Parts: sequence; structure tokens; C-alpha cells
Amino acid sequence: MSVPVGPAPAIEALAAPHADAEALGIAETPAQQLWRTFRKDRLAMLGLYALCTLLAVALIGHLLTSWWVLFDPTTVRLPDKLLPPFSTASSALSAELMPPFHAYPFGTDELGRNVFARMLQGAFVSLSVGIVAVSISLGIGITVGGLAGFYGERKLGPLSIDSLLMRFTDVVLCFPTFFLILTVVALLPPSIYNIMIVIGITSWMSTARFVRAEFLALREQDFVTAAKALGLSEGRIIFRHMMPNAMAPVLVSATINVAHAILTESALSFLGFGVRPPYATWGNILADGRSYIFDAPWLFLIPGAAILLVVLAFNLVGEGLRDALNPKLRKRVG
Amino acid sequence: MWRFLARTIVQRLLLLVVISIVSHTVIHLAPGEPSEVDAMNPMMKAEDVARIRKSFHLDEPIYLQYVHWVKDLATGELKSFRDGLPVVPKIWQRFLNSLPLFLCTTVIVWTASFPIGIHAALKRGSRYDRSTTFVAYTLISIPGFFLSYVLILWVVRIFQLPVIGLATFGTERANGAVRVMDRVWHLAIPSIMSALTGIAVLSRYVRAQMLEVLGQDYVRTARAKGLDEDHVVYGHALRNALLPFVTMFGLLLPGLISGSVIFEQVFAWPGLGLLGYEAILARDFPVILTLNFVAAALTLFGILLSDILYALVDPRIRLQ
Repeated sequence: MSVPVGPAPAIEALAAPHADAEALGIAETPAQQLWRTFRKDRLAMLGLYALCTLLAVALIGHLLTSWWVLFDPTTVRLPDKLLPPFSTASSALSAELMPPFHAYPFGTDELGRNVFARMLQGAFVSLSVGIVAVSISLGIGITVGGLAGFYGERKLGPLSIDSLLMRFTDVVLCFPTFFLILTVVALLPPSIYNIMIVIGITSWMSTARFVRAEFLALREQDFVTAAKALGLSEGRIIFRHMMPNAMAPVLVSATINVAHAILTESALSFLGFGVRPPYATWGNILADGRSYIFDAPWLFLIPGAAILLVVLAFNLVGEGLRDALNPKLRKRVG
Repeated sequence: MWRFLARTIVQRLLLLVVISIVSHTVIHLAPGEPSEVDAMNPMMKAEDVARIRKSFHLDEPIYLQYVHWVKDLATGELKSFRDGLPVVPKIWQRFLNSLPLFLCTTVIVWTASFPIGIHAALKRGSRYDRSTTFVAYTLISIPGFFLSYVLILWVVRIFQLPVIGLATFGTERANGAVRVMDRVWHLAIPSIMSALTGIAVLSRYVRAQMLEVLGQDYVRTARAKGLDEDHVVYGHALRNALLPFVTMFGLLLPGLISGSVIFEQVFAWPGLGLLGYEAILARDFPVILTLNFVAAALTLFGILLSDILYALVDPRIRLQ
């Protein structure tokens, strides 16, 4: 009995329209097109590699520091304080205090804590401060901007929803942001969550404006009218049809905002209002390190360089995305 | 035009009132009071705390406290919780300290960014363009105080320059030239350092804006009719590229207060930012509130200023 050979025609059938579409120049989904343009930007790719590495380091670091007792970043080893990078642990330590491999790759601080372990823990905390703060600001910004853009014409009393929400955004924009963050953080009980929340609720305004502008433009487009004519629910129109099309500028500003949030956290730490111990963040390692800038410069330089790297990576990826999403530039590049 | 102005000014004033109410509420509702700053002091008895709270009106409802604040501010009676000095002269004096630093920084940023950015745009893709792009991103990504500390060490070690504070101690009786030079160095280093980030940001904007304009049809037309390149770049392209920067000029104003906290702290420069920082540490509500109010007023004034400037330089814009 002969069974018809299955795969060959199927592949052909799959490949043929693909080739056709390629000839027409519409083979790529928007995401593929974005990736193709993005890949040509060498600085942005460098940033992306750095980010992936950092993310991996942060995750592995979090696991290591929380599960491997020897790597505990809070272990105090007073005989070994202020050792320069790559020094070996002194023999005065008992076996259970020995750092992994008997070495401090980044040296130790004024309490003999392993800076390498602290930096690993800090990577996770710093990144999560940035990412959670930006998620909060995205949530608020998309809600406010989306409401203003989609339901803007409805009246709420004498004012339309749009003018109400946008005037509110203007009010918030008028506050001196860093000063406000400082005031609120100084007055609130010190906690890492408060810092995330405060940074988040003081940085949503640009997102709201972007989303509103995109929604205003999208609302008039044919595919939205078509979706309405099909009788889709408003939620489905907003989240399934309009939101994906409005995401481009939001994505760019979110990436750059993560960088901002990490810098803000380090500035707050510098002023003494940052994340409190026992959490180590790069910001507070840096801020503590400045007291030892002459005796132990590595306590200052290592976290400084780390912050520079991660913020730079976020900025480069953000700018690369902005360029890749800009249709004018895309045409020029290829 | 005049109707527009009158209407916006009224709107902005209303906005200012709303902002002052919101910031008053936020600051008073947040936990922590001036009477609690020294909570560990065993000499502070309950009746002392009550007396302090009473004299600062802290025991009254929030809306009455707001009324007190507005009344005191209007009559100039507003006193700092910390040292009992009147707030407005205090802020004014710090403002005079901040002003030279702010002006110097602004001048450095705006004179340096344009040549750098324009050159990068004209040589797009060249080694110069790529290296300035990278340096600019690096400067944007460095925490300001980290850069300042590293550079202070370097400047002090190599050039033996004085950097901390307004002037060196003990130079009050030196002759005029020494004093002036001392002040100039004390001013120059902080302004250059706080200008670095500004230059990085602004030169990127200039580059993007120039690239945008250089791609326009009228630039091609100007080239096609045989104008020399300088005329095309500076006469046709730059003039149009400058338009958005007029708006940014007005938005600089609030930087006087909030932009300077870190640098004033690093250089111990007794300006507005440092005043705000000290006030926050001491829960000095009148000073915090008034500074917030001034900052909001400056922001609103800056926006108004940039709207007007924009209408003045761009004939396509009509204010209505």
C-alpha cells in the first residue's frame, strides 16, 4: 500500500505564498521589520547584548545570594575589611565564613562584606526598582492617556473627560519632579516599595500624552470604524485593536524611563533617602562608597561603572528602538 | 493675542492655586511632623510636643493650616519652623546664590551644544558623529554625583583648584583680584560639571532637529539654486531648526530649583536646591511648601514664556 508522501507538498504550499509575498515586499510582520532595522544599529545591538547579560546576571545573582549561604551579601567578616579587588580571604576566618573560592573578586567594604555578592544582589534590586517603577508609570499613563483619547469627547459635568484628564496631567507636570520625589520619600516610612511607587507615580505623564495622541489619531482610522461596525465590545477595540498600534512610542519611552528610574534611585541613595539596608542596590553601594573614595576607591568605582553600564544599555536600546520605529528613518536605512 | 494672554494668565493662576492645595495636602498627609524630628530626645515631654504643635498650627485641621500658610505668605509673615527666620527673604537670598550657577551652566550648555550638534548632523555617520553620540549617551547615563566626585578628585589633584562652597575660607581680607578669581573658580567647576549632562542632551536634540530639517524640500531647493553650503546650512536649515529650541528656553526656568539639588549638595553650594534638601530633612513645612510653590510658578511662567516666544519667532503660529 502506498501512502502519499506527505511533507513535500505541504512545504511547497507553505513556501510558495511566502516567496510570493517576499516578492511583493510584504513578507515581514511589523515585528520582523523592526528587528531587521534594529539589528543594523550597532550601538543598540551592543546595548541589547549588555542588557541580556545583565538580566541573566541579576537572575543568577539573586538565586546565588539567596540560596548559597557562603555568598550571603550581608555576612560581616571584620578581619577582611577594605580589601582591594581580587584579594584572597585571610586565614583568620572560620570555615563557615569563608567566601566562595576564598577570594573577593570585587574586594570587600568597610564591614568586610563581599562586594561581589553585594553587587550581585544589587543588580536584581536595582533592575527591579527600575522595572517595577516603570510598570507602575506605564499602568497609570496608559489608563489616563487611553481614557482621554478614547472617551475624550464624553462630558463629565461641564468639562469633557479629555480636558479634565489632560489638565490633571498638566498639574502633575508642574511639580518639580525630583523635589517632589525627595519630599515624599523623605516623609514616608523608608521601604523599597515606597521608592518604586513614588518614582512610578511621578513619571507617567509623558506616557499618558503619547498614548492620548496615538489614540486620537487611531480613533479616526478605518480599522477602528470597521471594528465598531462589527459590533466588537469597547474593551476589545481598545485592547486588541488600538493598543498594539499605540505601543511604539510607549515602548521607547518605557525603555528610557527604566534608565531614568535607576538613576533617580541612585540620586536618592546619594542624598540618604534611598533603599535601606538590608537591601543592597547599586545606588546605595555607590553612595556608601563615597566615604572611602581615597582609601578604597573600588567601593565607589565598581558600582558607579555598573550603573553607567546598565543605564547606558537601556538608553542605547531605547534610542535604537526609536530609530527603528521611525518610518522616515527606516526608509532611509534600507 | 491680548485676549489669549489674559485668558492663559487667569488659567495659570487657577492652576497654581490647585497645585498649592495639592502639594500642601500631600506634604501634610504624609507621615512625619516637625515635632517628631527629635523623637528620641528624652527631654521632649508630651506637653512640649503639644506646645510646639500649637505654635505651628499643626493641631488644627488641614484646610485651616492651608489658610494660615496663604495668609502668612501674602503678608510676608511666614516663618521657618527651624530657625524662625522669615521664609521669603531666606528663599530670595538663596535664589541670589543659585542664580550665577544657573546662568553659567545655561550659557555653557547652550553655547557648546549647538556647534557640537550641528557638526554631528552635517557629518552624519562619520567617526565624529558616532563618537559624539557614544560620549553623549555615556554622559547621560552617568549618575551626576559619581561623575562630579571623580572629576573633583582629578581637578583638585592636577590643577590645585578650589571647588567647595561659594568662596575659600579666609580670603575675605585678600585683595580684590584674588577674591574675584577665587569666586570664579568656585563657580566655574560646578557649572561645567552640571553643564556636561546638559550638553549631552541638548546636542542630541540639535543633531536630530538639524537632520530633520536638512531632509526638507526647501533645503534641497536652496542647494539646487546654487547657494553656497554655508548659506544653506546656517541661513536656511539652522533658522528653521532653531524653532523648537525657543520653547525649551522657557522650560529651563524650573531647573533653577529642582535641577540643582545633587550638584549643590556635592559642591556645598548654598543655593535653592540645598535649601530644599535641608528643609525636607528638618520637616520645615513652610520652606518646603513655598519652594514647591515657587517651582510650580516658575514652571507655569516658563511655559507661558515659551508659548509667547514661539508665537513671536514663528509666524505660522497664532495664539488664540
